[in-house]
Amino acid sequence: MSTIHDGANQAAAQHASKSAAAIDRARAQGRAALIGYLPAGYPSVEDTIAAGIALAENGADLIEIGIPYSDPVMDGQVIQAATTEALAKGFHVRQVFDVVRGITSKTDAAVLVMTYWNPVVRMGVDEFSRSLAEAGGAGLITPDLIPDEASEWMAASDKYGLDRVFLVAPSSSPERMKRTVEASRGFVYAVSIMGVTGARTSVSSAAKDVVAAAHAAGAERVCVGLGVSNADHVREIAEYADGVIVGTALVAAIRDGGVDAVAALTKDLSTGLTKEEA
Amino acid sequence: MVRLMVDAPATGSDESAVDAFLQGDRPQEHPTQGEPSLRHAPGPYFGNYGGRWMPESLIAALDELEDTFEKAKADPEFTAQIADLNKNYSGRPSLLTEAKRFAEHAGGVRIFLKREDLNHTGSHKINNVLGQALLAKRMGKTRVIAETGAGQHGVASATAAALLGLECVVYMGAEDCRRQSLNVARMELLGATVIPVTNGSQTLKDAINEALRDWVANVGTTHYLLGTAAGAHPFPAMVRYFHEVIGEEARAQILDQTGRLPDAVCACIGGGSNAIGIFHGFLDDPSVKIYGFEAGGEGVETGRHAATITLGKPGVLHGARSYLMQDDDGQTIESHSISAGLDYPGVGPEHSYLADIGRVSYEPITDSEAMEAFRLLCRTEGIIPAIESAHALAGAIKVGQRLAAEAGPEGKATDKIVIVNLSGRGDKDVATAAEWFDLLDKDSPEAEIAKEGEQL
Repeated sequence: MSTIHDGANQAAAQHASKSAAAIDRARAQGRAALIGYLPAGYPSVEDTIAAGIALAENGADLIEIGIPYSDPVMDGQVIQAATTEALAKGFHVRQVFDVVRGITSKTDAAVLVMTYWNPVVRMGVDEFSRSLAEAGGAGLITPDLIPDEASEWMAASDKYGLDRVFLVAPSSSPERMKRTVEASRGFVYAVSIMGVTGARTSVSSAAKDVVAAAHAAGAERVCVGLGVSNADHVREIAEYADGVIVGTALVAAIRDGGVDAVAALTKDLSTGLTKEEA
Repeated sequence: MVRLMVDAPATGSDESAVDAFLQGDRPQEHPTQGEPSLRHAPGPYFGNYGGRWMPESLIAALDELEDTFEKAKADPEFTAQIADLNKNYSGRPSLLTEAKRFAEHAGGVRIFLKREDLNHTGSHKINNVLGQALLAKRMGKTRVIAETGAGQHGVASATAAALLGLECVVYMGAEDCRRQSLNVARMELLGATVIPVTNGSQTLKDAINEALRDWVANVGTTHYLLGTAAGAHPFPAMVRYFHEVIGEEARAQILDQTGRLPDAVCACIGGGSNAIGIFHGFLDDPSVKIYGFEAGGEGVETGRHAATITLGKPGVLHGARSYLMQDDDGQTIESHSISAGLDYPGVGPEHSYLADIGRVSYEPITDSEAMEAFRLLCRTEGIIPAIESAHALAGAIKVGQRLAAEAGPEGKATDKIVIVNLSGRGDKDVATAAEWFDLLDKDSPEAEIAKEGEQL
């Protein structure tokens, strides 16, 4: 037991955060990082891999692969429709590792998995983490897991050297902000608005305050998601955040125009990344 | 004990939570007198279950709710308001009625019905909605949202909102809206807005998902009036608190009417709010056996059921860790039951804990068994029960027969006492029952409606 544990600690020490490294590379270029979301298995596992590679080749620094789930309470209509279709076509959770491996074997992008917690619980937190690490994954983004409930995941992510990206919200108290920032590794996911995923016409002013609060609580890297759908939004957020997360707009792109549309949108989004004053 | 120990959580994996709940070193076997109380468990954890598996965006609202609830419980003005509404609005205390003719079919034991069916709106649901609507007012919220399956909790929520002057929005699966159009009309008559949910399976669990999405976006003005003793902390402990009155009354009434405690207490379990309410009164009485009856649907072997504790595996859904009907990937499985109120793939976390420690026995009752008990109560007692409650009645028949067998040929079955929580009245279920028993003219419009599961 102790030898395994020591070995794991060494592994964790040897593999610094892949997400942090990707964000830092963007920072060294004087810009914010671009993070793109795709649901695994939509419209097929092969398409998700191809689209992930297209994301990386057209300017995305990190890629989030979502696991389709029966009860996605934080997702709006577009992502719900996509993940429902993926499940109807027979997507299985283990295929997410094929997607991660397919992208990490072809690109340098950091690939995270975004998942509601029950599929991880069902597989076993340790086994899920081991499989993700073996596939070359960077870590997990957990929309319905708060640090308070994450003791198993804290241990497994340490053991396998995975990033744990928790969410902070406009409603987070200063105490919770501090606690969540301390529990996170890689970056902190700032929810820009009180709501679910989905394209919106403008970025909420609350986003800037959440990012400032997370930075003040000690977060080195804070990325903003929810409601970011075009290059103007990216430009606005890149002014104050370390990374910009785009989800629904990319899902709509792959839905309407396939991998080529993902590539084109990514290219366009990435024009907004450079900080004006940098 | 019938339940299968499939994937029970590893013991000792959450010792601190167990300790917090038990406040002592309670053995995990048979509770006996002198041990720490199981009553008033505060949450957030019940053994390995419960907690707050929720988006961070909602944690502040859960904190505010917990804080408001704790202060309200300690405020005599609040407890007086609850007591007044229970008495003068809901019609409490509800009666405890001995069912002598029905009992002849249950081994000849004495059976008493806790008459939650006589409450305003026709079920136990009113206890919880009044309490939570008052809390919403104390938090300064002007809007409540609720989920509903058949419409019972939606109607109760709309009732409480009308009484207290709150805006009310009810999420209801589109499939359920179609099947329960008269309950949709009821809610609208009471001033509520009903929003059909077209996502996922278009039933109760999806209505909860949609209510949670609404709550995230409107949490500043809105309280989520969850209808059962499930969900994230503080909901399980809070919903139980508002239903504890059922068990308290029943315990005092049975002592008054028979001079002693019952041998068994029976209730049906969907999410488990009526059950936890009556169980609570007897948790610390080791001589009282407690039974929860889940919806066995077409039979647990068919896969078409809602027997969450009997066949589910621990997981997280809608904010709590508990037993859950799920596949090998952790995707929620759709439940099936003739009773819409029991048709939920999850169960309250306190029930999962009470199952694991063996304090409560959970068993499935099939649609057929429930409907036989439904008809029996109608014909022997002149009471039409909700189909949900009929599951408890069917279970009580089995329990009564077991108790009678234990009493042996020399023993007197009539010395044995069973309380059944009659959680609701069956007026809403008349069409379903008429279809089940083939009482309708084949070509009548009513037969068409009943085929769709309409509840009148």
